[in-house]
Amino acid sequence: MAPENPSHPSENDLPYVLILKPPPSFVIFGDRFFNSTKFRFLKAYESPLPLAHFLLAHAQSVQAILSSGGAPVTADTIRLMPLLRLVVTTSQGLNHIDLSECRRRGIVVASAGTIYSADCADSVVALLIDVLRKVSAADRFVKQGLWSSQGEYPLGSKLGGKRVGIVGLGSIGSEVAKRLEAFGCSISYNSRKKKPFCSYPFYLNVRELAANCDALIICCALTDETHHLINKEVLSALGKDGVIVNIARGPIMDEKELVRCLVEGEIRGAGLDVFEHEPDVPNELFALDNVVMSPHNAVFTWESFEDLRKLVVGNLEAFFSNEPLLTPVGLDDQPHFSG
Amino acid sequence: MNNTCVLVTCPMFTYLEQELETRFNLIKLWDHSSSKAEFFNNYSSSIKAVVGNTKVGADAKLIDSLPNLEIVASYSVGLDKIDLDKCKQRGIKVTNTPDVLTDDVADLAIGLALAVLRKVCVCDQFVRSGNWISGDFGLATKFSGKSVGIVGLGRIGSAIAKRAEAFQCPISYHSRSKKPNTNYKYYSNIVDLAANCEILVVACALTEETHHIVNRKVIDALGPKGFLINIARGAHVDEPELVSALLEGRLGGAGLDVFENEPEPPEQLFALDNVVLVPHVGSDTGETSKAMADLVISNLEAHFKGKPLLTPVI
Repeated sequence: MAPENPSHPSENDLPYVLILKPPPSFVIFGDRFFNSTKFRFLKAYESPLPLAHFLLAHAQSVQAILSSGGAPVTADTIRLMPLLRLVVTTSQGLNHIDLSECRRRGIVVASAGTIYSADCADSVVALLIDVLRKVSAADRFVKQGLWSSQGEYPLGSKLGGKRVGIVGLGSIGSEVAKRLEAFGCSISYNSRKKKPFCSYPFYLNVRELAANCDALIICCALTDETHHLINKEVLSALGKDGVIVNIARGPIMDEKELVRCLVEGEIRGAGLDVFEHEPDVPNELFALDNVVMSPHNAVFTWESFEDLRKLVVGNLEAFFSNEPLLTPVGLDDQPHFSG
Repeated sequence: MNNTCVLVTCPMFTYLEQELETRFNLIKLWDHSSSKAEFFNNYSSSIKAVVGNTKVGADAKLIDSLPNLEIVASYSVGLDKIDLDKCKQRGIKVTNTPDVLTDDVADLAIGLALAVLRKVCVCDQFVRSGNWISGDFGLATKFSGKSVGIVGLGRIGSAIAKRAEAFQCPISYHSRSKKPNTNYKYYSNIVDLAANCEILVVACALTEETHHIVNRKVIDALGPKGFLINIARGAHVDEPELVSALLEGRLGGAGLDVFENEPEPPEQLFALDNVVLVPHVGSDTGETSKAMADLVISNLEAHFKGKPLLTPVI
């Protein structure tokens, strides 16, 4: 339990927010990153007690949790916190929170909203251009001194005119579409449901989307339905000239199959921010010049972290002041993820 | 037409050479590099066309040695390697390859900016080298919303602006004169442009006036939080000044496709994480290379058939 601070006696009255594991922002900026005069943090990770014991001993009157991707909020945790009413998450995804249990208990979830959409969309475009135009591979070529010794560099592929298929046309997918249209790409998409007022061609079936595009972009949530959504069939439909970009969640792709396709030249290339077993990445990818990888950091910019800070503090302060949350999630609309 | 002698100045693109060979008597300048004098004795009066590019164009010396030269068809949009005055004097026609490469070059400009700000190449290296297992990467700089200043609002500059706007980047520019029909903010002085933007993109033609247009003053105005993207010509930038600014942290980063001494970019930049270097590949896609080659061929065919040139410069 966090030690009481004798120089701020009024802090003893502040409500607690439970943190199970330090979020990335604590690791980068220190644990005062989300400080506020309206609440204080209860850091489970600073206790030697196993989590269940800790919750029983210290979290019985705690109403709020601050979660992050690496700190899942499971049904077990929720059941050990009888007064829990709010889960705020720092991540874009919600797959690490047992949403069914939250719905059952009437616990509200506050998400990151759309603060990360621009950065995620920028990542998609960055990875796509890099794969097609071989930016990272060419940068290595030059910096190894090979331009003067080896001369010409292999040709890339033009982005303009490519048919882009977006899997998941939510906030991020829409931002991707907007950007790629400016490069002369045509957009089509797959989603759980067709979007009203959206003029992009809709495909009910991901395999059909893949068959009709040159670049497949994964922007959807990880749920039971989307686990291994991108499988052998879809990759085969995408074909030899197709590129895939995934900034969503590793398990949406059948990674073994993706690696096989890349190694055997059955697709043109891939831009990957996420993997099935992070931080382990299949070693076969390290030798491939047509793959561009990043360490699950599509949202890791100074600007997004500052936006996150304001949002998290804003949501928690609103909660404790009985004011409307800034970014509540409609749980009735959320598909399930078994974890 | 098969007897018409066309000189190609250096290896450019196999498809282009093949297409030239089926239509003309193609002479490759590099096949004769060991016997230049002999070459000129044998061929110089029969060469009617030169196909040059950004590496080897048609300078005064070459033009002077070809008394019957009628046309220079450049496999590039840039004309800095062609002595245009000499061509005008001699009545030699010049064509280039505008428009077909605009998209690719603009795409690369944005791709370089994203790569530098978001540290794409460094991230890739981080994962590839197995370092992700032992630690986290850290933060990069957001691209969306950054102010973009474009030097030269021609075809390529405008295409870059259109793309950057989709990322909510405010656009400003510097040009010889203000362009009508645009809402972008104009700066008559490039130092003011650099002082008022976060990402400076060089997209103008190389002329005597624009040589070293990005100098110490401009680099200082751009500053330690500013980024330079160059997809135009290496000679637009005072390269030694750029190198010392990057080494000393006085400039935030750079994405460069062109250099003063290709193919030898400054080695001092090779170890810098905030610099992305690519080997003059702005128009190097299969699609665009073919389109450029087809345009060179079409211009030559039009000329020798007495038809109007497709993309004449003079």
